Amino acid sequence: MPTPMPMPEPVGRFGRFGGRYVPEALIPALEQLEEVWRKAVVDPAFTGELERLHRTYTGRPSIITEVPRFAEHCGGARVLLKREDLNHTGSHKINNVLGQALLTQRMGKTRVIAETGAGQHGVATATAAALLGLECVVYMGKKDTERQALNVARMRLLGAEVVPVEHGSQTLKDAVNEAFRDWVANVATTHYVLGTVTGPHPFPEMVREFHRVIGIEARQQVLDLVGRLPDVVCACVGGGSNAIGIFHRFLDDASVRLVGLEAGGSGVESGKHAARFSAGVPGVLHGAFTYVLQDEDGQTIESHSVSAGLDYPSVGPEHALLRESGRAEYRPITDVEAMEAFRLLARTEGILPAIESAHALAGAMQLGRELGRDAVILVNLSGRGDKDVHTAAEWFGLIDERGTVTAPPDGADGDAGPKGMGPQQ
Amino acid sequence: MSVSPIIEACRAEGRAALIGYLPVGFPSVAGSIEAMELLVRAGVDIVEIGVPYSDPVMDGPVIQDAAVRALEGGVRLADTFAAVRAVRAAGAGALVMTYWNPVLRYGVDRFAADLAAAGGDGLITPDLIPDEAADWIGAADEHGLDKVFLVAPSSTPERLAAVTSRSRGFVYATAVMGVTGARSSVGDAAEDLVVRTRAVTDLPICVGLGVSTGEQASQVGRFADGVIVGSALVRCLTEASTPASGLMALEELVRDLAAGVRRGRS
Repeated sequence: MPTPMPMPEPVGRFGRFGGRYVPEALIPALEQLEEVWRKAVVDPAFTGELERLHRTYTGRPSIITEVPRFAEHCGGARVLLKREDLNHTGSHKINNVLGQALLTQRMGKTRVIAETGAGQHGVATATAAALLGLECVVYMGKKDTERQALNVARMRLLGAEVVPVEHGSQTLKDAVNEAFRDWVANVATTHYVLGTVTGPHPFPEMVREFHRVIGIEARQQVLDLVGRLPDVVCACVGGGSNAIGIFHRFLDDASVRLVGLEAGGSGVESGKHAARFSAGVPGVLHGAFTYVLQDEDGQTIESHSVSAGLDYPSVGPEHALLRESGRAEYRPITDVEAMEAFRLLARTEGILPAIESAHALAGAMQLGRELGRDAVILVNLSGRGDKDVHTAAEWFGLIDERGTVTAPPDGADGDAGPKGMGPQQ
Repeated sequence: MSVSPIIEACRAEGRAALIGYLPVGFPSVAGSIEAMELLVRAGVDIVEIGVPYSDPVMDGPVIQDAAVRALEGGVRLADTFAAVRAVRAAGAGALVMTYWNPVLRYGVDRFAADLAAAGGDGLITPDLIPDEAADWIGAADEHGLDKVFLVAPSSTPERLAAVTSRSRGFVYATAVMGVTGARSSVGDAAEDLVVRTRAVTDLPICVGLGVSTGEQASQVGRFADGVIVGSALVRCLTEASTPASGLMALEELVRDLAAGVRRGRS
């Protein structure tokens, strides 16, 4: 037998998490991506172009909004929102996608594919593809195409092909599987614009770097506004990209608690949730070793959430390290708690948040009540709620399942609480 | 154990080995084992015993559909070992093809020990590259099991050398860039990949992805040490109106494939 060649050390680890658990066919593409990316981030032509796009296209820096009327429901703590919802395309997703689209051009590839749950990442990818003249195909679970029909229409208007995935749970997990399949077959011409901080190395690290701008801006903005650092930073965690983006600049600030809010769905004890840190165990899914909802045979368990964007059985590997090291905390928020926070922010501040972001707001309500009036809580408002209007209107009984406007519940104005598809589901 | 002696024996006969894939648990655990035993009787040299998995990113719709139905039917990971014992008893090599998470969850050392105890020859791991496989390589070496890693048309010379140097049994050459599934032609990429892989290893090289007929098996058998057939076999079972007609179609196809590898180099 020949002498074994020296094997490269495993790359892209966050402690024991991360890695590259993908077919060999994709390894050269991942190596190319890493090489091109590492050169680009130190190339002023690349960083300058990305900065110009952020300033003139995305709308960065995004602002900070203090929300005193909402804060009355948070134990009186000061609550500040980092307004990623005001970015072009309506969420933080554009930060990452513009970076990856520019890298696609640098790699000489002409086609991008993406997966999407709530549709925000798909819309952002379709937008960047239109801007840079790239062909774009977006995979989306069939169930998600139905609950996020508006975003499907947006992607198609932007020129993207949207492929409904009918396998498995027909949600984000299955869209990711399908995107991987496409990528294996078309890797020579195609870049997979992965939408969050998971997947094989270098995606978790690279996507984080594209989102670090959130925390860099927010930390300075809070210092300017309050004169000190926040006590807590709250962010929702599906794959975890908006959370890692805002957390990262605060990692060395020991006084700042970093709290990620997962989708608790109908409650962790119900089994219908996406609370990976509460109910998952370490394993491999979609290219990374991280926390995964799985059964005792290692089969992925389907997740559930009122929020399509958080409805995912795995989580970024860097979050797994932050959790195991104790640097960040993760809590589940139920659908009911998230929708109550959604309603409160709309009614008290005139802001409709994405239902994903409403999980972070619900976390702020919990933490504010725990910490009291002297606390300063920074919440990453990762996206706006336009895409979720149908879901929310159904939840609160303002429309029926066919989308028909119903009479105000109880003859009032919707304050009566969840109706329609609410928590009884 | 190892499949090397089987491939060597085929080589001595002047032909490529025929390797057939079926998933455990479809249409049932007993039904899948019956089908695997039939594969051996009809001329398969090595059975690739598939572990159904919820997220099979390397598989096309035919195998994914069978895996989903197997999981819905209640197949368990431990059923794999019953299939291994049956294949071994039928007289063929028994390699398990599995995505990595089920093994990880079961326990790498425990899986290796149980596989060896059942008479298995080793593992084919489509989403585990050698770079990430230190635990598996250690366990496989301890239990004398084959480590079948994959190479692809996109693999660089450096990757081919690194991957093959960690392989044991044979090297799995994926004939096309894509997922599993029968194709009308295997294409030139397969032969090119085999030639490039032979330049860096003495291990047998078996070609999979896309082979579905005796004629294709004959073509591939001219340049490869083994011909791997999966989706075409699975389709015999998924498209059959009755289990009996599925087994008949399966037997007919395997005999055609077995004849194909036997005329490959004549």
